[in-house]
Amino acid sequence: MSTSSGTPESWVSSFCSLLGHEYFAEVSEEFIEDDFNLTGLQSQVAMYKEALEMILDVEPEDDEEDEEEEEEEEEENESGDPERMTARQERRHTRMASDLSVIESSAEMLYGLIHQRFICSRAGIQQMCEKYELGHFGFCPRTNCDQAKTLPVGLSDIPGEDTVKLFCPSCLDVYVPPNSRFQTVDGAFFGRTFGALFLLTFPEYDLTKRGASEMLRGSSGGGGGGDGDGARVHESQYETVNGMYARNIAPGLGVGRLYEPKIYGFRVSEISRSGPRMQWLRDRPDDMTELDEARLYAELHPDSDEDHNMNPNSNTSGSSRRLVRRRPPGNARLHRNQAARNGSPMNVEANGGAESEL
Amino acid sequence: MDDFVSESDSDYTSYWRDWFISSRGNEYFCEIDEDYLTDRFNLTGLNAEVQYYQYALDLVTDVFDLDCEDDMRETIEKSARHLYGLVHARYIVTTRGLQKMLEKYKKADFGKCPRVMCQSHPLLPMGLSDVPNLKPVKLYCARCEDVYNPKSSRHATIDGAYFGTSFHNVLFQVYPTLVPTKSIERYVPRVYGFKVHASAALIRWQDQKRDEMRRRLRKMDVDVGFPDDTSDVLEEEDGDVQFEGADTRVAVADGTGRNV
Repeated sequence: MSTSSGTPESWVSSFCSLLGHEYFAEVSEEFIEDDFNLTGLQSQVAMYKEALEMILDVEPEDDEEDEEEEEEEEEENESGDPERMTARQERRHTRMASDLSVIESSAEMLYGLIHQRFICSRAGIQQMCEKYELGHFGFCPRTNCDQAKTLPVGLSDIPGEDTVKLFCPSCLDVYVPPNSRFQTVDGAFFGRTFGALFLLTFPEYDLTKRGASEMLRGSSGGGGGGDGDGARVHESQYETVNGMYARNIAPGLGVGRLYEPKIYGFRVSEISRSGPRMQWLRDRPDDMTELDEARLYAELHPDSDEDHNMNPNSNTSGSSRRLVRRRPPGNARLHRNQAARNGSPMNVEANGGAESEL
Repeated sequence: MDDFVSESDSDYTSYWRDWFISSRGNEYFCEIDEDYLTDRFNLTGLNAEVQYYQYALDLVTDVFDLDCEDDMRETIEKSARHLYGLVHARYIVTTRGLQKMLEKYKKADFGKCPRVMCQSHPLLPMGLSDVPNLKPVKLYCARCEDVYNPKSSRHATIDGAYFGTSFHNVLFQVYPTLVPTKSIERYVPRVYGFKVHASAALIRWQDQKRDEMRRRLRKMDVDVGFPDDTSDVLEEEDGDVQFEGADTRVAVADGTGRNV
């Protein structure tokens, strides 16, 4: 586990190349060196300073003194007594070794916590996107997801609570990584946010395509969605519901992707005690616009205003949902592409700028 | 696959079936009783499906004594494995077969559900087709009622028809007490603690579907099978809603209030 100082490889890249660390992105030096990005971590990690130095491959400050001392000693030793010198070096080595293991584990913890923040930054999510495209995070084990690529996520942001899991964008569920070597990797090092943020950041990914990692090109042009596959990509597929492309909301679910239990070809009835009970979990509406609650509400209450949704009328009408909405639905990136379609009162540019500060 | 070619009558085991079920990659199979194999009725129609049917059957039942070329022997071995698989699909829906598979299920010999919320519930092998050579074996989780691919590639090549589409459903028909309690626990995608609108809307829709099913089943006096069946639907909205909790709860209450 220890990094030999002789190799030119940095601590970060050697950490990421360890067995079981395949999911990690390499956090850039600039990100770690920016103190703002490390806010609050000092109290969470023991031997914070030493750990940070180890991650950045900075020689400890007191090294110089040691060297000087050594030099002095060497001078002394010129007059004889080589045994004393070697004994001193050994002593120093053993002290370093015990310290090193503590610092090493602290550094791993610190790196993980920085990593959790890094992969939600622009540079980090880009790096994770490349890893995603290469299939580094594996595939969904669910048969009906047809080998959709997964993303590493944590179920908690607090270290030590649970191991890393795999989030499948195709069925919106989480799975245990198939290989047991990932069962030692802390889920907090990836965090709860990354998986969902990834889908919001790259809404154009074609999640329905098995294995292929194609970004749909030129969606800003509206209809010009590429040439090779573009012929089959319909304008209607760019339809957005709730701020996402409709075809990208859980494409692995719904009719045809549901398992129907059968005995000798006959479906098992719901009335049976062992009949299906969990189909809702893998279901989705045939027409995804059914999920556009805000639009449905507006249609049912043409006269109601957003500010008046405490209106008692809403209880007696046919709407099943009431929504409090103070900002337009959805994804700034999609709005940018489709600014003409919905005249968003929110300044898209300002939003984009805010994102880049992440 | 090469180790299948090794002579089945070597010293370490005396029966072909013993050797077969203990060889690597065949962990999903149970041992078929000799009585079952020797009853011709149980093998109806298989002679058309299996090449060198008689030799293959002889091999499986350890009465094979033909001197032949290695090539021929290999072909017969292959046929024997195919025959065993096809008989296996029929055997495991019999009383004895179900018992044997149940033992293996209890030991989680078929692996555990990869879905996090199923908490390592044991799986059952199944086929997506009863016709051989179409689809490889899949694994069924009775907790989430979904189908998963086997982790290991050595299992991913086994023919699904050797287990069939009915077995796992028959098992729970015969042993209804084994039906696990279903869980409504689920993963909710969040960004910095906030639910993502698109997935949250889908989840609300799915929850509505579930509540419709519950009401339907309750009306027919059928066991719904969820743990907190008596408690109100209100409780289901996950407990850690921090930001928009109040509003959604009111919405859910409205929805149920009207529909009941």
